[in-house]
Amino acid sequence: MSLLTLRGLTIRFGQQRVVDDMSLDLEPGHMLALVGESGSGKSLTAMSLLDLLPESAIWEAETLTLGGENLLGLNENRKRSLRGGRIGTIFQEPLTALNPLHTVEKQISESLFVHQGMSRQKARERCLELLGQVELPTTDEMLARYPHQLSGGQRQRVMIAMALANDPQILIADEPTTALDVTVQETILTLIKRLQNELGLSILLISHDLGVVSRFADDIVVMHNGKKVEAGPTAQVLQSPKEAYTRHLIESEPRGKMPPLNDDAPLLLDASDIAVTFKERRRSLFSPAPLFHAVDRIDLNLRRGETLGIVGESGSGKSTLALALLRLIRSEGRIIMDGHDLHSLNQRQMRDWRRRLQVVFQDPFGSLNPRMTVGQIVAEGLAVHASNLSRQERDMKVAQILEEVDLPASAQGRYPHEFSGGQRQRIAIARALIMEPELLILDEPTSALDRSVQYQILELLKSLQKKHDLSYLFISHDLKVIRSICHRVMVMKDGKVVEHGETEAVFDQPQHGYTLKLMSAAFA
Amino acid sequence: MPLSTFLKPAWSNPVWARQWQAFRSNRRGYWSLWLFLFLFILSLGAELVANEKPLLVSYEGEFYVPVAKVYPETTFGGFFESEANYRDPVVKDLINDKGWMLWPPIRFSYNTINYDLDVPAPAPPSSENWLGTDDQGRDILAGLIYGFRISVLFGLILTILSSIVGIIVGAIQGYYGGKLDLFGQRFIEIWSSMPTLFLIIIISSFLIPSFWTLLAIMLLFSWMTLVDLVRAEFLRCRNMDYVRSAKAMGVGTPVIMFRHMLPNAMVATLTFLPFILNSAVVTLTSLDFIGFGLPPDAPSLGRLVGQGKANLHAPWIGISVFATLTLMLTLLVFIGEAVRDAFDTRKFLQ
Repeated sequence: MSLLTLRGLTIRFGQQRVVDDMSLDLEPGHMLALVGESGSGKSLTAMSLLDLLPESAIWEAETLTLGGENLLGLNENRKRSLRGGRIGTIFQEPLTALNPLHTVEKQISESLFVHQGMSRQKARERCLELLGQVELPTTDEMLARYPHQLSGGQRQRVMIAMALANDPQILIADEPTTALDVTVQETILTLIKRLQNELGLSILLISHDLGVVSRFADDIVVMHNGKKVEAGPTAQVLQSPKEAYTRHLIESEPRGKMPPLNDDAPLLLDASDIAVTFKERRRSLFSPAPLFHAVDRIDLNLRRGETLGIVGESGSGKSTLALALLRLIRSEGRIIMDGHDLHSLNQRQMRDWRRRLQVVFQDPFGSLNPRMTVGQIVAEGLAVHASNLSRQERDMKVAQILEEVDLPASAQGRYPHEFSGGQRQRIAIARALIMEPELLILDEPTSALDRSVQYQILELLKSLQKKHDLSYLFISHDLKVIRSICHRVMVMKDGKVVEHGETEAVFDQPQHGYTLKLMSAAFA
Repeated sequence: MPLSTFLKPAWSNPVWARQWQAFRSNRRGYWSLWLFLFLFILSLGAELVANEKPLLVSYEGEFYVPVAKVYPETTFGGFFESEANYRDPVVKDLINDKGWMLWPPIRFSYNTINYDLDVPAPAPPSSENWLGTDDQGRDILAGLIYGFRISVLFGLILTILSSIVGIIVGAIQGYYGGKLDLFGQRFIEIWSSMPTLFLIIIISSFLIPSFWTLLAIMLLFSWMTLVDLVRAEFLRCRNMDYVRSAKAMGVGTPVIMFRHMLPNAMVATLTFLPFILNSAVVTLTSLDFIGFGLPPDAPSLGRLVGQGKANLHAPWIGISVFATLTLMLTLLVFIGEAVRDAFDTRKFLQ
């Protein structure tokens, strides 16, 4: 007998059906993973359990029971006692889910007051107990902290403590670790798993990450376009998937490795002693402002046709390094490209080199000007570097490049918002590619994308590299992606390189303790 | 890329099209815009609506256009070499004997004194002076039409000029940031704390203000409204990935500012324009009211308000000006509200 049963759930926005005939069963004490790509309706399904869908959504279900009790048609009061009472929720982004003006104590005890009407003193004791459960220091100092004084992992622990406050039977975890670094992700998931076992919780885990799901979840439900594709025990579904879509999901996990590089490939970029320092806010009027070393004396080199991966967690300085190499922020050190020192050039002289040194950013939504057509976006660089082209020649070149990144020529006249995330990233790649660069800096180019889209983009990058003999500087926090596309890899931490070597060597025998920690989190 | 490729998609751009739709859906603002445009265009042709000269004269089979051209009285068989006074009964008779005159609907200009009043000025509304006259015997309606025109023109020119200056200053501050921004902000803080009205009063005590000098003086203090808005928008945008991409491609700074960043700032700017126009009109009116505004022979709403105040026993003066000012300012506020709502991003995300 399952604890939570859902049958025949349909959710519509106007005429558009986003979830269709969805059903799931959550067994007591089990962790059920709801897996799917963005837009598959997995979060909406979970939110409908609490009746917390956006107002414009219309939903209905045949059955929705919790421990035998019908949840459909409850009045608003009963629904409220359900939320945060019998069903606790953890959201993806702990920074926005916590009220920035409330202390940890206030955040946690709020639901204690609401649901149990506890006294202040008893609530405080309960808060400390909860902090212990989520492995945070059980001190008054911790209770008095504000969200901005906590790290990402600590915030997520506070969120879990809040969800556990009223001894719920069910915990809904909506992508609980997606916004966190891999090593932190690991500890949070272990904590959730431990709580499941110790407290006998049933957990509904929403995730797009099959690696996480395979290790932690007992059962799995795969969703696609608002429909249930496949369901069953995790091991069974992942090892012998019955449906084509499940197989497709599993196969789009990045894998394979790069063929070795020719030994005689010439050196393209040789940077040494790259340092970027920021001034922090001065502590008093007379003391000098303390310096923050975002990038601390890094050497790197890159040969033609080679991909160098830069791995690190957020704040390790990897994106800053990219901006420094592009000379978009002030830096020290020498950047020698093809025998010329880029640092000695002024902005005008630099302009010729910009063509050969292009960049693709992470966020495919922020990197395209929403007010320009795709044709204008892609052609922008041509106006600077090939201004002698006629209109027809330019349009032809744009069409040709769009075809190369597998976009229809008709895309030229359309605007970025009409495209999906993966297509937008293709547009961004086309914009860089049309300049015929020699070095392409890819700053987390696939992080915002679903796995299967990510896979396609990686394949596209590989084939472009082969065709144009491009060099890539590939920045990512995702070790699986790095492993599948990079010849060499550099591991960064706090602005310094802690390990550097051939991809296989680094992945098979990590030398540095930090690398080891990253590996075990990603490939456990 | 030429300017045209940037401007051309403005109407085909779905963002703009959607905003125009949102503006139209605010019926009050939409009709206010049309009514205001109608009144403004009407007042631009004020000489054809209210004038002391006929539009067309036919004399001895020949046509004359007194609105546009000066004819001496002798043309029509009179005695004087000076310009014909078509309101003079003698001249009227001369012309009507051998031809005809086509008059505009209101036979007074803003400074025409009606010497034929039956009662002492200010005269109440009559079939001749539809809204009555002021205490000099000048037609109120003609004064309102000309005053409306000069107010709106003054306001528009001031708004456009101060927007251009404000956008440029804000853009530069926001784009470069750092010390430039810091000193720019401090300068604006000091500059904006100057008492504008008093300064204009002082300046006009040794400089007789004309339309353009007054405009220049007011521009000195009115360009700051938009600086903060544009600056904040540029500060936000300069770290956008698409701006970075453009920099990485070697696109020049002015192009980046114009093509990638300005359109974002334009939303805030357009939203503010009707309100800036409004305050410019109000400032001009109040200056005219206390007698430090436009030169004394210029038509002006402010001076008419002054007339109303000086002649409380002639309520038609005060009521007419009050109604005109209220209508003009209300229309502008309604338009401004509609523009603001149309550009509200929260609204069209729903």
